[in-house]
Amino acid sequence: MDPALNTGDTAWMLTAAAMVLLMIPGLAFFYGGMVRAKSVLNMIMMVMGTLFIVGVIWVLFGYSMTFGSDIGGVIGDPTEYLGLESLMADNPEATLPIMAFVAFQGMFAALTVGLIAGAIPERTKFNGWLIFGTVWAILVYFPVAHWVWATGGWIFELGVIDFAGGTAVHINAGAAALAIAIVVGRRVGWPRTPMRPHNLTLVMIGAALLWFGWFGFNAGSALAANNTAAVVFLNTFAATCAAAIGWLVVEKLRDGHMTTLGAASGIVAGLVAITPACSAVSPMGALAVGVIAGVLCALAVGMKYKFGYDDSLDVVGVHLVGGLVGTLLIGFLATEAAPAGVNGLLYGGGADQLGKQAIGAFAVLGYSFVIALLIGAVLKASGLFRVSQDTEISGVDLEEHAESAYELGEAGGGGRFAGVGAGAARREEEGN
Amino acid sequence: MKLITAIVKPFKLDDVKSALEAIGVHGMTVSEASGFGRQRGHTEVYRGAEYTVDLVPKVRIEVLADDSMSEDVLNAIVTAANTGKIGDGKVWATPVEEVVRVRTGERGHDAL
Repeated sequence: MDPALNTGDTAWMLTAAAMVLLMIPGLAFFYGGMVRAKSVLNMIMMVMGTLFIVGVIWVLFGYSMTFGSDIGGVIGDPTEYLGLESLMADNPEATLPIMAFVAFQGMFAALTVGLIAGAIPERTKFNGWLIFGTVWAILVYFPVAHWVWATGGWIFELGVIDFAGGTAVHINAGAAALAIAIVVGRRVGWPRTPMRPHNLTLVMIGAALLWFGWFGFNAGSALAANNTAAVVFLNTFAATCAAAIGWLVVEKLRDGHMTTLGAASGIVAGLVAITPACSAVSPMGALAVGVIAGVLCALAVGMKYKFGYDDSLDVVGVHLVGGLVGTLLIGFLATEAAPAGVNGLLYGGGADQLGKQAIGAFAVLGYSFVIALLIGAVLKASGLFRVSQDTEISGVDLEEHAESAYELGEAGGGGRFAGVGAGAARREEEGN
Repeated sequence: MKLITAIVKPFKLDDVKSALEAIGVHGMTVSEASGFGRQRGHTEVYRGAEYTVDLVPKVRIEVLADDSMSEDVLNAIVTAANTGKIGDGKVWATPVEEVVRVRTGERGHDAL
């Protein structure tokens, strides 16, 4: 056995990786509840489908592209760890087996692609989405994650603080979501027809699973069971509560009601914003990050009506805006007393860190947006991206998957009129 | 024989039901409905967006009554469902040719 192995770290990292995996079906439920009843299965399948594909390409060459030896600050060597064969051997000097890190990071890749799906549900061809997700993971996620987290990656070397993925995960996914919401176009009837969430209980179940899993996502990013992980854990909790309050207060003042959807969205907005900042701020700083993100994201989800893009489930308003808020607030609220050990503007650290944060954030935003726009345009031009209007109106669950989530009223089915089966039973008894 | 159909506000269902039971009505059919009358729906704000809701939720109550009872049934429903505000609904009576009780085959008044 590896003599240097830290069993506490290893146990925590394996647990954290499984918690991040749980976020992916959690995200599927969160999104699934927000679409209309005729599209919920397709929504769940979009998120799960890219999980399957990204999981496979992560093993084949994705990990190597992300964490292989640096080539020019922009990409890892894709052939170095091809198939992960070379990473199985017991390393006597490692405190944490490398495969735990490979698994943990693989879940991040799959989750990030899934986040984008919320921009284009109810009207996208399932195959077209899978192609988009695959190509985007290869051309955008793996390189950007390399920039941000790998030794030699240019954003990493610049000194940008992104503890668990404000840039690589949330700004990245949010910018791609904006691009393909524009390319795919609006749903039939949007925005005049109300398209309210069909199952808010499901949305809240999803938000709960996301919140739970996010402790693995953030505290796991310490890559050890140590003080950093514990500080990050508490900050993740604090910011989320503050963000939900911020969102609900905006709703109460603007719309007159505090909604369940607002609470669930506020939870996610807070989690997104604290993701990059959780190692750099104090618990009081985390409360500030949370409440600012909750308020700004609640206001930002109204942007799509002004500009006319149907980002159906507010991936831009929550992930892009929340990611920017968290990443940039590090420049103001970072404190030397926190594990990252850097002072922001408000703690006398000057504007240096803020400048770095802005460069990192906007570089990722611009790159992801442009490449997603190009991939989307090619798919749309090939007729692979958008379903026909008939399919959209009948519902993508039935047309793309031959299923419907709720068999309630169909005559002769298993629902309210199940009694009509009695005729069939009698005919069988009478010998056909 | 008359079929009385009432479209009323959902929260008035209990009042209407009690009022009908009080005047000796033995049965009714209730279903969820949606629609609009002269009030033409209303606007609602949700997640920062304003929507026009054309079809407002209502309940539909259907009651069979002898011709002699028809006026009492109409009055009972109108009194119980009235709030004085727009959207209170409508009640109407239509003539019924025949009524048969499925279990016994009784017809007309006996089938009620």
